[in-house]
Amino acid sequence: MRFVVSRLGFYLVAFWVSVTLNFLLPRFMPGDPVSRMLSQSQGRMTPEQVDQMRVLFGLDERPIWQQYLSYWQSIFTGDMGVSISRFPTPVTEVIASQIGWTLLLGGTALIIAVVVGNSLGILAAWRRGGVLDSILPPVLVFIGSFPYFWLAMGALYLFGVTLGWFPLRHAYSAGMTPSWSPEFIADVAAHLVLPVTTIVLVSIGGWMLGMRNTMIATNSEDYIVMAEAKGLRPSRVMLRYGARNATLPATTSFGMAIGFVVGGALLTEVVFAYPGLGYQLLAAVSALDYPLMQGIFLTITAAVLAANFLVDVVYVRLDPRVRVS
Amino acid sequence: MSATDPAEVQLLVATDHREILSGPTAPAALDRPPRHPVRQGLGHSLVANRKALTGMIILALFVAVALLAPVLAPGNPSTITSLGAQPPSAEHLFGTTAKGQDVLALTMWGARSSLLVGFVVGIAATFIGLLVGLSSAYFGGRADNSLSLVTNVFLLIPGLPLLVILAAFLPTGMTTVILVLTFTGWAGSARVLRSQALSIRGKDFVAAAIVTGERAGWIMFREILPNMASIVMITLIGSVIFGIGAQAGLEFLGLGDVSVVSWGTNLYWASNDGALMSGTWWAFVPSGAAIALVAFALALINYGVDEVTNPRLRSTRRGRASRRAAPGSATHQEVNR
Amino acid sequence: MSTIPSSPDDAPVLEVSDLSVEYHGEYRTVRAVDRVSFQIGRGEIFGLAGESGCGKSTAANAIMRLLRPPAVITGGSIRFRGRDILTLDAEELRALRWREVAMVFQSAMNSLNPVMTVGDQIVDIFTTHEGLSKSKARARAAELLELVRIDPARLRSYPHQLSGGMRQRVVIAMAVALRPHLLIMDEPTTALDVVVQQEIMAQIAELQRELGFSVLFITHDMSLMIELSHRMAVMYAGRFVETADAKTMFADPRHPYTRALINAFPPLSGPVAPLVGLGEGVRFTDIPDLREEQPGHWVAPVPVGTVIDGGRS
Repeated sequence: MRFVVSRLGFYLVAFWVSVTLNFLLPRFMPGDPVSRMLSQSQGRMTPEQVDQMRVLFGLDERPIWQQYLSYWQSIFTGDMGVSISRFPTPVTEVIASQIGWTLLLGGTALIIAVVVGNSLGILAAWRRGGVLDSILPPVLVFIGSFPYFWLAMGALYLFGVTLGWFPLRHAYSAGMTPSWSPEFIADVAAHLVLPVTTIVLVSIGGWMLGMRNTMIATNSEDYIVMAEAKGLRPSRVMLRYGARNATLPATTSFGMAIGFVVGGALLTEVVFAYPGLGYQLLAAVSALDYPLMQGIFLTITAAVLAANFLVDVVYVRLDPRVRVS
Repeated sequence: MSATDPAEVQLLVATDHREILSGPTAPAALDRPPRHPVRQGLGHSLVANRKALTGMIILALFVAVALLAPVLAPGNPSTITSLGAQPPSAEHLFGTTAKGQDVLALTMWGARSSLLVGFVVGIAATFIGLLVGLSSAYFGGRADNSLSLVTNVFLLIPGLPLLVILAAFLPTGMTTVILVLTFTGWAGSARVLRSQALSIRGKDFVAAAIVTGERAGWIMFREILPNMASIVMITLIGSVIFGIGAQAGLEFLGLGDVSVVSWGTNLYWASNDGALMSGTWWAFVPSGAAIALVAFALALINYGVDEVTNPRLRSTRRGRASRRAAPGSATHQEVNR
Repeated sequence: MSTIPSSPDDAPVLEVSDLSVEYHGEYRTVRAVDRVSFQIGRGEIFGLAGESGCGKSTAANAIMRLLRPPAVITGGSIRFRGRDILTLDAEELRALRWREVAMVFQSAMNSLNPVMTVGDQIVDIFTTHEGLSKSKARARAAELLELVRIDPARLRSYPHQLSGGMRQRVVIAMAVALRPHLLIMDEPTTALDVVVQQEIMAQIAELQRELGFSVLFITHDMSLMIELSHRMAVMYAGRFVETADAKTMFADPRHPYTRALINAFPPLSGPVAPLVGLGEGVRFTDIPDLREEQPGHWVAPVPVGTVIDGGRS
């Protein structure tokens, strides 16, 4: 329990840091781009909306600590202003409409990469020096050397443009209405294949090698030798004694990876014109839509922190030593 | 972080269990000197290592091209020299962009900015990471707690969105790119270096140095640092890989200075000009391949350093359990960023 | 306690002959066990002494074929109740392990899986080797804990929740779970404090009397070994330098290395005798095969010219 509480404290600090960063950025950046943006679009806003913008971006000439307090108040009330580029939709609404796609894309890719990568790592470590162990790591490292978005472009060109096997852009075909019908789900799945495959391809090597190295370290532990001496079946030694212990560090990496996936999905979404927070973030940046930018960044951060906290809770379930102390 | 730190575990690839070979009783071959004396200098051993040598040759080639770009492809590479979207030919070995620029010239000139930014970011991020890691490990206690907290917070905040936000608020330009990448990239180095410094901090010779009243700075940089040279090198190379990749990513998103020629901006323009849709693959293949080759070369050097400094990773003589080099996870996380 | 077993001379439980184990390093090969031969009779406690790194643990692991690369058995044979262990295939070997030969490892903390309850780790033995159902295996596990005087409620504990002594007793209980013929104990008490050590050793002796298994007992603690074992061997640099009845060995050590080892543990009472150890820099190389100097007392001859007792080479 103490572990969980201390972790919770840590995530609160992390959240505080990112909110503060978000607060300080527009106030201390040179050139004051926000007031320019505001003056351009002021005509369209209601006086209340203009006031909220002033609170969010520190244009109201109040002492900085008062601004800071009002800023936190806005965060807690969920009032992140209105989007400039999609005026007059509130930022929260824009985010709500996009976040599902990011979760779908990032989540699918993460789960596949984790499951396949870790399984390969376990096998490679168990059959050390075997075919899997000798061939796959260098290949995956080589693939991992390519810039992710470039591989995505290549895949898009090859399988989308040239071969025409997969759709080129968006999350579902134009003209379809989102529903739970089989046709729509199949269409969404077809649109997912390329983006997910490319993410999996570049991230799987890290999982595999990480798991492999931990497994090799674990395999030299006395309890593995003892399990072998006990005459247990190899599969049981490998999974219940070896992999079960080796997953503990992997669980920690999993938390980190959530951040990479949510962030990395940005590039994927851009290459495949896939809807989602990353695509929206970039659109906001090019439209100088500062409220939306900040809202998305805070949402992504909060989501990553929350996910990491969940991972820690799971970790406590997995490691009895932490559970008790 | 949680109880077990993967970065610490994974560098350690333990092999055999129990019964250590050394000691006075290891009978055979005691007086036969090892083929490579242990202390021979990292540089020497690296040249002898096949992986590292391959990596260094590839890297040297790219550095040479970057330095010689004005000689090899004189004039401004962005000038329009021919018809647009021409496939590779004798005149334009890599073809031309949709605008009619020579792709080979763009790729060669691109090396200058990409390598420069990559190395500057790598060195800066490692340096900050080193300062934080060393002082964290040396001073311990409250200093360690707060520095580790900051490091972990930075590791946790999603890097790419932070990059995008920062780049959006700052004026565009190469300095911005370097600053932003250093700001988001140092934490990974700090964590790895701290855990290494921490283990050296616990050694007796450091305790001895403290007792004799050496100054903190002296102990950190003259006693601890030399003993973690290889991990610093590995971290540095990892950070350079991160720098090159992340710069390309930022520029590809249009957040760099698009008027500068670099591999990232080349890809940005290729994508903007619709190279994918029009089938002019030659416009985006060379720059991407160049990034990949440099990253791969750096990764090779890293495995070389790892193998040279960590004998456990080397294969046994008879090639019995032919063990592959186990790259440190630190490197990998960086690659995947 | 060191009574010779009542029916000593049916076939020996374990026969090791000319066993050699090598570690293949990148630049050199080290022979950790070098042409070693010995036998252990039924119900006999055989002690193997020597300093760290002399190859005794390697020999023990070789007997259960637990060695991993770079350690390789390069010669000799290991016969267990007549069966050549080195020719068994993986499945036969798996069936033999623990049922016929069990092992107590040096550190109980490290030999128990930290993420499984001790109960599950004991249950694993019964479900694998005897095909018992989970609940039956659990009942057997409870009995087993009672045998070493641990509250069966501890089955639900994780290793880190037990004290060092308790953990080692759990490991010993696991070792005798299937009533093996031979128990290998690799420094079973090194990691424990002296009082707990005594308790554990007493427990082992008691179990041994009760269940009648043979023991290969490995330690560098000579006094403990002489107290506990019937026969013993001293190992140096992968070779045996002396084997004899434990009492004979203590009373009349012949090899200079044995003498040095025994002298390393001065008596608690009596006059303070000056310690006579091996001189600095004394090495024995090319140790010859053992020769029987007296019935049952085998010693490796020391070549003429070896400088011992304080000499510097």
